[in-house]
Amino acid sequence: MKWLGALAVLVLLVLPAVLNSYAVTILILIFFYGFLGQAWNIVGGYAGQLSVGHAAFVGIGGYTAVMLSIEKGLTPWIGMFVGGALAAVLGAVVGYLGFRFGLRGFYFVLLTVAFAEICRIAVSNVDAVGGALGLYVTFTGDPRQFQFQDGRVYYYIALALMLGATGVVALLERRRFGFYLAAIREDEGAAEALGVDTFKYKMLAMVVSSFLTGIGGTFYAFYLFSLQPNAIFGIPLSVEIILRPIVGGAGTLLGPILGSFILTPLGELSRLYFGQGGHHGFHLVAYGILLIAVVLFLPQGAYPYVRRRLVGPRP
Amino acid sequence: MDPTLVVQGLLSGVLFGGVYSLMAVGLTLIFGVMRVVNFAHGDMMVWGMYLAFMLASRAGVDPYVGFGVCAAALFLLGFAVQRALVDRILDAPHEMQILLMLGVALVLENLALVAFGPEPTRVRSALSSATIWLGPIFVDVARLVAFGVACVLTLALYLFLFRTDLGRTVRAAADNTYGARVIGTDVRRVYAVAFGVGAACVGAAGALVAPIIPFQPPTGLSLSVTSFNIVIIGGMGSLLGAFVGGLLVSVAESLGAVFLKPSLKELFSFSLLILILLARPAGLFGRRTS
Amino acid sequence: MTAALLEVTGLSKRFGGLHAVRDLSLRVDAREIVALIGPNGAGKTTAFGLISGFLTPDAGAIRFRGRPITGLAPHRVCALGLARTFQIMRPFPRLSVVCNVMIGALGRHADPRAAEARARAVLEELGLAAKADHPAGSLTLSERKRLELAKALATEPALLLLDEVMSGLNDTETERLVGEVRAINARGVAILLIEHVMRAVMSLAERVVVLDYGERIAEGRPEVVANEPRVIEAYLGNERP
Repeated sequence: MKWLGALAVLVLLVLPAVLNSYAVTILILIFFYGFLGQAWNIVGGYAGQLSVGHAAFVGIGGYTAVMLSIEKGLTPWIGMFVGGALAAVLGAVVGYLGFRFGLRGFYFVLLTVAFAEICRIAVSNVDAVGGALGLYVTFTGDPRQFQFQDGRVYYYIALALMLGATGVVALLERRRFGFYLAAIREDEGAAEALGVDTFKYKMLAMVVSSFLTGIGGTFYAFYLFSLQPNAIFGIPLSVEIILRPIVGGAGTLLGPILGSFILTPLGELSRLYFGQGGHHGFHLVAYGILLIAVVLFLPQGAYPYVRRRLVGPRP
Repeated sequence: MDPTLVVQGLLSGVLFGGVYSLMAVGLTLIFGVMRVVNFAHGDMMVWGMYLAFMLASRAGVDPYVGFGVCAAALFLLGFAVQRALVDRILDAPHEMQILLMLGVALVLENLALVAFGPEPTRVRSALSSATIWLGPIFVDVARLVAFGVACVLTLALYLFLFRTDLGRTVRAAADNTYGARVIGTDVRRVYAVAFGVGAACVGAAGALVAPIIPFQPPTGLSLSVTSFNIVIIGGMGSLLGAFVGGLLVSVAESLGAVFLKPSLKELFSFSLLILILLARPAGLFGRRTS
Repeated sequence: MTAALLEVTGLSKRFGGLHAVRDLSLRVDAREIVALIGPNGAGKTTAFGLISGFLTPDAGAIRFRGRPITGLAPHRVCALGLARTFQIMRPFPRLSVVCNVMIGALGRHADPRAAEARARAVLEELGLAAKADHPAGSLTLSERKRLELAKALATEPALLLLDEVMSGLNDTETERLVGEVRAINARGVAILLIEHVMRAVMSLAERVVVLDYGERIAEGRPEVVANEPRVIEAYLGNERP
């Protein structure tokens, strides 16, 4: 499998030379959502803690980087990590409250949704960060400000992010951390009985996941050049984030990537096809149907299914 | 601080609370019977509202007359959702149920968006502008009627569950699925009926509330959250808890609107949810370690 | 008088109105096999939950290897050398058998490769080596029991709490498991087991503690205790609903 992966990466590296800019844009989105999905995968897929509020981390990361850039002239290359760190702090808070108070399943989902919505409303009401209208990033095309004239640079950055996150997950998978997360996902109580400090590992997963997601916020801000609280903190984004790993295979290394390759073009197509008459939202209907279908027919996601077909069953 | 405003807030809150109670009762019924959390609850209610809107604008039927139709339509939707979808994953891990209902919520909310657009809608009712004055306090007749109808419907539901055979079967299946099966109950049908009734509750609630507040597809989420708030306060699966909780939460929101900026109302609601989640031991659904 | 490996004093736990465990005291010495028996609902599994850290006692103290462990989280109790199995088996169903056992081993060997080697060794001892790479959900009942045992064993405990490991097995399987438990004990692990299968209790236990309604009502050698009138009455003559 490894050489196949290397080949795929090689192909992806070369693609911008042969594709038109629209196709490149689609791939940028595929990589970006694949990155966010992979970051979510750590806590949502591997550790099995369903969070539907990850958009909050994107928002915190993005707003931090943009505000630092506007107010302090700090280059987003550094602001990115500050944003990630702040997102990680929020992640730690949410994680602490959720895990210390024993919130599981439905309750934990609600907690994450509540935090994300609070961020959204709070930011919408603070004029200092742009209020409900949000912030705009002036286009300078200056690479030091994380802005590039050529769309293909964004391509490579997005690809690097996705591969980077995947690399992090691959590393964690192999180490004790990964095994413990799997045990926690399967049966937390049994894991505790075997010496696993479930609170600590869930917190770690949450912090790493939110940190990475926060970094994604900077890319979001400086690729779209605008931050709208409803868009960047909202439930729709949280749903977009979780859909890819779930459809592709939560708790698997390639699941989020596969999911993104399936969903993003689908989303774009339906947005194009149905979005013309101002009928926004149709692609979300498609997403909803797909989510239902996956839950009913392919609960493990597409990747395990594909793998079984190609390679044969494995535990 | 004007005491009149406070009393007004209290009164409006209680009256509106009837609808919240009805909404919460539907959610708690579904959870009580099937241990399924209906993430699409608020979105179903919004569809109740839009149906009332269509009834009013196309057929000229006042929502306070036509709520039964909305309830019936939502009953069918709930029944179908349970039969076709939820039934298949009743034994699956809870995450699967959550994701399934999330998918349903997505579909419902965005179908509404596609069908009706993103702009807020309000339904006209004959009672819309009618008010009764009690000294310095005014009572919205619409709210009063909504409260009355909601209470009657909740009572009807109570009677259904405790005084009819089908209702007793529903409760039996909730208490002891295995036992119910052993005595020959068609548990699947019972579940579908329960889900349908739960959905009918919000169908009616939606119609009752449509003339009172403006609504748009995203309203579904805030209504879902409010429902969860109420049901968690009142105790998941408790009818009385849902009813009382609905009144409490509505009064709290109403008083909150008196003292806070309107855009912060939702902030208050979500913060309350977090506090409730932390304060109420997760002992009903999730235990600490096992 | 040597210090006991496990020393429980005055342990009590109520659930609402139900006094599940009442002023329970018992001790387990190193390398001993002690059985905890009693009718259903006597509080045995609650006692295990209290000792292993899953439940917090209302009163009483637990000392393990000389240290107080009352109120410690389960994972810390395990790290100190006290492992338990569950009455209702809890494998990690989608993980392979060897991965299941590795979770236990990783506590002592942080490197997954070392943990895997240890896990495979344990599986070998318990006759599960052939199924090592199969998903845990695919095992037979007898195999699952041994997997439960293997997981706990991989944490290298000094004391193993076994909760009804023999239930549901036929005579041959029971014999086999009894042999395995004895072998584990021979290697230096003390055992405290909850059991209803009397032949297992008789052949394994050096000492038996009998619980009824949360209280200890008898203690001693198995054949002696089995004939005590109070014990017989507890099993046969109670009017529990």
